[in-house]
Amino acid sequence: MSLVRTPYDIKKIKVPRGEVHIVKERCKGCGFCIEYCPNGVLALSDEYNEKGYHPPKVVSPEKCLSCALCEVLCPDFAIWITLQGEVEAKIGG
Amino acid sequence: MNTLESMTKQDGHPIEPLLRMDRIPHIWCPGCGIGTTLNAFVAAVNKLDVDRDKLCVVSGIGCTGRVAGYIKLDSFHVLHGRAIPFATGIKLSHPELNVVVFSGDGDLVSIGGNHFLHAARRNINLTVILVNNFIYAMTGGQVAPTTPVTAYTTTSPFGNFEPPSNIPQLAEAAGAVYVARWTALHIRRLTKSIVEAFRKPGFAVVEVVSPCSMYYSRLNRMGEGIDMMKFYHKNSVIKHGEPTENLDIKFQKQIIVGKFVDRERPAILGSSGGPDAEAEP
Repeated sequence: MSLVRTPYDIKKIKVPRGEVHIVKERCKGCGFCIEYCPNGVLALSDEYNEKGYHPPKVVSPEKCLSCALCEVLCPDFAIWITLQGEVEAKIGG
Repeated sequence: MNTLESMTKQDGHPIEPLLRMDRIPHIWCPGCGIGTTLNAFVAAVNKLDVDRDKLCVVSGIGCTGRVAGYIKLDSFHVLHGRAIPFATGIKLSHPELNVVVFSGDGDLVSIGGNHFLHAARRNINLTVILVNNFIYAMTGGQVAPTTPVTAYTTTSPFGNFEPPSNIPQLAEAAGAVYVARWTALHIRRLTKSIVEAFRKPGFAVVEVVSPCSMYYSRLNRMGEGIDMMKFYHKNSVIKHGEPTENLDIKFQKQIIVGKFVDRERPAILGSSGGPDAEAEP
């Protein structure tokens, strides 16, 4: 039995979903986007770009809420978010 | 096309229309905060909905001085320390233009320190975005007037022994009407602050404490840019309206950020271009 009650307005709440776009060749591997993504969407990849840095990769795309914090924090303008629509809110998601 | 469709359309980074993309990638080091500050400035310009033909950016020399070369506005890259006199000239001859000075601490407070004081004294309608990275980064990490005491630089191998200048106090004492300080991590608040500074008639200063990942953090064993960002995350305290004499930055200690000064003062006669341009001082 779940102890979490269902909020009364859960039907009204829509959760935005975003898609991450990364320009790998522009990235300098500073790691700001990975560190400050509030939902842990990104991780450092093992591959190298042409400058020899490790660009980030998307590990859990379904968690992106389109907050665009990575977009404004990226000093190299290499990552941005597009809003992909909204889904119904659900408990624990 | 509705809003959702226009937002899903994928056509590059939203900042790209305001950048000279043929010059990107830029020269800033990995983990530098200047790119982040530029992001905040462009977000503020988009939010302001200002006529871009009436907006000038003036930069001096230094890492931050490169902003004028990367931003696709009427931008001027001028002599070392002379960004404020150049901007004063633009403002006096064309009072209808909005002039933003985007430069570093070495440019605006050390070699151009005198111009900074006198522009604040005249209260000319400029917005100054001052990126403070505590060091002369472009020339190889020499000691700057903002370097905290005991910090190591190339020219202070035994630790800096000169007390640094406190930029918000300097600006307030000289007569600036708007003074705020944020770190490069407080990106949304910084954007809001740039918008406020832009709308403020008079001399407005926004200091941005930025990580220098290549010289300041390497010489002081502070890790990389991301480690300095984490340090700012942990050690910055927001205190709006804090008296500016308490805002000294000590080495590896708490950094007080916020909006400290927001006041009215008579601007230089007839040239402010702001809402009270006609008002007699």
